[in-house]
Amino acid sequence: MSTLSIKNARIMDPATGYDEHGTILVTGGEITDFGPDIAPSGDIIDADGHICAPGLIDMRVSTGEPGRENRETIATAAKAAAAGGITSIVIMPETDPVIDDMSLVDFITRRAETAPVSVYAAGALTKGLDGKSLTEIGLMSEAGAVMFSNGKAPIADAQTMRRLLSYSASFNALIANRAIEPSLSKNAVAHESDLSARLGLTGAPAAAERIMAERDVALAELTGGRLLIDMISSSEALDVVRRAKSRDLEIACSVSINHLALNEVDIGDYRSFAKLDPPLREESDRLALLEGINDGTIDVIVSDHDPRPAGEKRLPYAEASTGAVGLELLLAAGLSQVADGRLDLMAFLAAVTVNPANLLGLKSGRIARGAPADLVIFSPNAPWVCDSDALLSRSKNTPLDGRRMTGRNLKTISKGQVVFDSSL
Amino acid sequence: MPYSRSIIDDIFGGIRPAARALDKAATTIQGWYDSGTIPQKHWNDVIETAREYDHHLTPDDFFPSKTPSASSFGYAFEKLHCLSIDDFHRPDIETLLSLGEHYLDLNVQKNPDRSVLKGKTLINVFFENSTRTEKSFELAGKRLGADVISMQIASSSVKKGETLLDTAATLNAMNPDILVVRHGSSGAPALLSQKVSCSVVNAGDGMHEHPTQALLDALTLRQAFDGQIDGLRIAICGDILHSRVARSNVKLLNMLGAEVRLVGPPTLLPTDSDKWGVDIFHDMESGLKGCDVVMMLRLQLERMSGAFVPSKREYFHFHGLDRSKLAYAKEGALVMHPGPMNRGVEISSDVADDPDISLITQQVETGVAMRMGILHALSEAQDLTR
Repeated sequence: MSTLSIKNARIMDPATGYDEHGTILVTGGEITDFGPDIAPSGDIIDADGHICAPGLIDMRVSTGEPGRENRETIATAAKAAAAGGITSIVIMPETDPVIDDMSLVDFITRRAETAPVSVYAAGALTKGLDGKSLTEIGLMSEAGAVMFSNGKAPIADAQTMRRLLSYSASFNALIANRAIEPSLSKNAVAHESDLSARLGLTGAPAAAERIMAERDVALAELTGGRLLIDMISSSEALDVVRRAKSRDLEIACSVSINHLALNEVDIGDYRSFAKLDPPLREESDRLALLEGINDGTIDVIVSDHDPRPAGEKRLPYAEASTGAVGLELLLAAGLSQVADGRLDLMAFLAAVTVNPANLLGLKSGRIARGAPADLVIFSPNAPWVCDSDALLSRSKNTPLDGRRMTGRNLKTISKGQVVFDSSL
Repeated sequence: MPYSRSIIDDIFGGIRPAARALDKAATTIQGWYDSGTIPQKHWNDVIETAREYDHHLTPDDFFPSKTPSASSFGYAFEKLHCLSIDDFHRPDIETLLSLGEHYLDLNVQKNPDRSVLKGKTLINVFFENSTRTEKSFELAGKRLGADVISMQIASSSVKKGETLLDTAATLNAMNPDILVVRHGSSGAPALLSQKVSCSVVNAGDGMHEHPTQALLDALTLRQAFDGQIDGLRIAICGDILHSRVARSNVKLLNMLGAEVRLVGPPTLLPTDSDKWGVDIFHDMESGLKGCDVVMMLRLQLERMSGAFVPSKREYFHFHGLDRSKLAYAKEGALVMHPGPMNRGVEISSDVADDPDISLITQQVETGVAMRMGILHALSEAQDLTR
């Protein structure tokens, strides 16, 4: 078995809070030892004092496979993930056909066999994402689905959501629901505020998010199901989660990196590349969300990678598709917030490694003896400018194009193999 | 006259000596002693053993000269209705089961004392379709000498807008003695019982109770386990939320001292059912562990509004009883099902049809005898109070 050593690294493990300079020893795809006094052996990578942390886990990635391969395939998404320091991705079921059956979960798993990073499937919560009929959650779990989601659309019907949470509880399955109250958010393309009113855009109030988050918290409490409130964007919804956690309810919540890096002003002159779902909200919301990560209220940061060809984005703002790519920018955009002093580095790393690993039941996401050797080596303060044309993703839609970034991925190691090296 | 006492006392010299001589539990002999009869399956044993004591018995000696009365089991049976298991005390249940056991003897059942319900009228009022329960009551009533008529209300005046209480008044005007009622709404037979002057038997109301099914299940178990229900570990599995059979069985089996478990997906378990004095399980492997009896319930697709389980395929995979899941239970565990079965949904055919492990046909057979016992007891209670 080949041995790989990463020497001269600042080893950071958010699972334990470990933060020391030293060497990591990898044999047969597993971390065999780490610490300050380990003698390097085998192939040696000199980290040159940069940070070595567990590879990132992205719980919300959309591709176009099957059905819309012009947007992205599993192979191109995996390559982009490796470039971004992400070693595990969870593919959303919102494809054509929808991943609502064990055979389609199996299809994703087989398509991902040759991918450079680990690819997991999320099963659909309802058949064809119709929001009404339960899918075979038990059989899909057995086939390898790590979580269940209804894609962009929330489960609007409370009775259906209750049965989903209740039914999935016996399989201990994680149920992700978007915090959107559909009738309040109908036809909305932006955050409801002074700015969107002036721009003449229909807005969704933050209350729409809060109402749905409150409903789902109540249902999770009633049924004992495992709930992930998927991608909150407002301080109002954050307060709901904070209150639920203060009552010791086992509820998790995620936020997209875009909502930590941008606010509603970024849609500026009708920039459709900044049209996202949920919409970008106010600066006070952004700062509250960053604080929510620092204090542990928000468990997970996702890229919400949603590749769209230019044809779907270069349209009048209200008609353009929502979504942005994020696999290659998640780490750098997070590190930029760390450099700005808004985000604690260890809290940020926990939200992209060990927290999602625990929610999904993965062994990766931590630096420990016997854990999979999924690692990333990055510089926390290397300056660079984001150029969307340089992205490996098949679609290049990012609102961060032209932005100055601080912090960059240098090397990605997946199961003991170097799958990305910026020096090459 | 009860004949078993003279056999036990005169030939063997009492209950305990008889139990030793026949190699049976003393409680079994006590049962024969109290009921006055000996079940037919034991006749040969008794004849053979009696020969060793120099007594020559013939099968004729076992024909019951008189049907036992409901109060011959120690306590007077005074209940006019059979609406819920809650209506009965433990002594009432013992009386009913002993009477059921008496009628279980085919010789008794086919040549019964037709004077028990002589001159009485039994009306089957079924607001929901049923075959086995209705016919079983019809047969039980006829065998005991009652005039039996069956009304399929599902297809008659209710469709023309008649309310339940109008129907009750109409039925009451026919002066029946016993009404056997099945209705889709929980509590309907209880409402009816307040408005009529005869006995009402609940033959299943909505998602509430089906007491006669629970009694016949208990009688079936008594037969299968030599009279010993207490201490048995019994798993009731599947669609418990919509099941009236489960609700009655939980009450009755708990009363009889069994350890009852409910096993099913969380969406098909009633809210707070953990407060019913049972253990709750969501997976068959831990739920069936160490069980003596596995009672499967029908997935009641017709009562379901909305999706409770994703598909029949997934339901059978996780909650349907097949050989591999039955292997989690105690070796030699027996299987019950109140019927009608959805084969391949909650139970596989090879389990349902295996006579060594399945009590399902016995349940149907016991049904008629148990219902004869119930009708008999109610009729006697009527005579007592009039």
